[in-house]
Amino acid sequence: MPEREVKLTIGPQHPMLKEPESFLLTLRGEKITDMTVRLGYNHRGIEKACEQRTYIQDMYLVERVCGICSHSHSTCFIQTVEEIAGLAVPKRGLYIRTLIAELERIHSHLLWLGVAGHEIGFDTLLMYTWRDRELVMDILALISGNRVNYGMNTIGGVRRDITAEQIPQILSAIDTLEERTKYYIQVATQEITLRERLSGVGKLSKEDATRLGAVGPTARASGVDRDVRRDDPYAAYGELSFNVITDDHSDVYGRTLVRVGELMEAYKLVRQILKQMPDGPIAVKAPRKIPAGQAISRYEAPRGEDVHYVKANGSDKPERVKVRAPTLANVQVVAHMLKDGYLADTPIVIAAIDPCFSCTDRALATTNLDNGRTDRMDWPTLRTYGIDWYSKQGIDFAELNRKLRTMRESN
Amino acid sequence: MLVEEEKIRQQLIERFGLPADKITVQRERRVWADVPAANFGEIFDYATDKLGFVVLLTITGLDEGPTLGAIYHIARESGIILNLHISVPKDKPVIKTVSARFPAADAYEREMVDLLGMQVEGLPPGNRYPLPDGWPAGQYPLRKDWKSDTIGKSEVAENA
Repeated sequence: MPEREVKLTIGPQHPMLKEPESFLLTLRGEKITDMTVRLGYNHRGIEKACEQRTYIQDMYLVERVCGICSHSHSTCFIQTVEEIAGLAVPKRGLYIRTLIAELERIHSHLLWLGVAGHEIGFDTLLMYTWRDRELVMDILALISGNRVNYGMNTIGGVRRDITAEQIPQILSAIDTLEERTKYYIQVATQEITLRERLSGVGKLSKEDATRLGAVGPTARASGVDRDVRRDDPYAAYGELSFNVITDDHSDVYGRTLVRVGELMEAYKLVRQILKQMPDGPIAVKAPRKIPAGQAISRYEAPRGEDVHYVKANGSDKPERVKVRAPTLANVQVVAHMLKDGYLADTPIVIAAIDPCFSCTDRALATTNLDNGRTDRMDWPTLRTYGIDWYSKQGIDFAELNRKLRTMRESN
Repeated sequence: MLVEEEKIRQQLIERFGLPADKITVQRERRVWADVPAANFGEIFDYATDKLGFVVLLTITGLDEGPTLGAIYHIARESGIILNLHISVPKDKPVIKTVSARFPAADAYEREMVDLLGMQVEGLPPGNRYPLPDGWPAGQYPLRKDWKSDTIGKSEVAENA
């Protein structure tokens, strides 16, 4: 059979796709030569819906933009509203917001580490990290009453205070998590299977990361030293000291190192927050109607930078709400990272920006590279082609098939 | 305080003769500028190439009644955001793409095309975003006169 170019569609509905997206890969053998992405299957019209609801309703709606970074979106949104309304959020409120933000980062990065392990067939890592993630989920539930969609924010501050009894419980969980994360760092740097599987996969140079607008750990793993928490400080980050983790591997391995590094920084931050948190009120009363004006706010979510823009018209409902989630900036980077890579790397490369999915569909159409003709291959043809190909390599399935039949018949 | 922000404001005023009241420093790290659509291209290039605004955060599309607006949120590495706002008439809402300079703008511009009916010149061919392929023509959900019951559900289903 002559060399062929195969177009492979993955999605929008796919067993391992956690969200609907559609990827069209062009393959030459095992190599990916081109890829296009079709997004929008998950468009829920939240921006339009926000214009028809009050600010406080919008805050809860926006919290549901993402199930993992829920606090990220609600914080990013109310920061704009608070700026337009000229509200000075009490320090204690800002510290509590920051505490939830870092706990959210911990649960999100541990979740990612598990997913990454799973995508490369290292399910032990998935079991370990997701077991440990329960510790931080318990802490979030202890503070907010919920494991996700915490509902901690309100315009002008936060809704729940941190009690003195909660602090030792949080610190003890953080101690355990830090120990476990040290072990994961050891696994990531010393476990040869993991290192070899992730190194050189999904390459993204520093120049390309900057040019294509990569954000978050994806950009930082290509040596781009950007972090909104430091560059455009919000909440209590201006008063806290932490390191921005970057790495020069510029591949999925680097992205792993950045995330485990950020976990260690997050533990440091949680301890700092609890130690420095001032006493006092946690919120100020916000007006129902927000004066006319506009503001933009940025937030370093676990997956990268969130951007929210709000325009107020003086009523109790916004004139316009605009949300830019980090994946929209990063999904275009994926196409670049996959090019010239192998089909088998697709799941981990896509997962490495932290949406996630795995495995592939069946081929439908092929293009003959000699004459440019497109042929369709149906399932029986594909099966016969496969059997023939293997028998040419000296692998004969006839004997196996016979055994299988005998087993079935004797049952 | 606000030294850099004021400097950016002055540079834009001097270089392009923009009215002083059209450029405001909102607070630390936030500069807003209303610029004419006619010379938006050169102002944008100047800001990105000469003033160091190398990060495109996003582009916000707005329905402003008789006009459609677009705000280009660009940032410096140091965190200062310059928000460049332009308006174009609704009956001829044509803007030029910035996707050659910022490939990520592709998605932000397609969003304005689908949701507001903006016409973006120079946008490379590609999939639409974010509405479905069968979405009826001339229906722009983010326009103020558009309500969710403006089109019937059957209409969407027929076109899908």
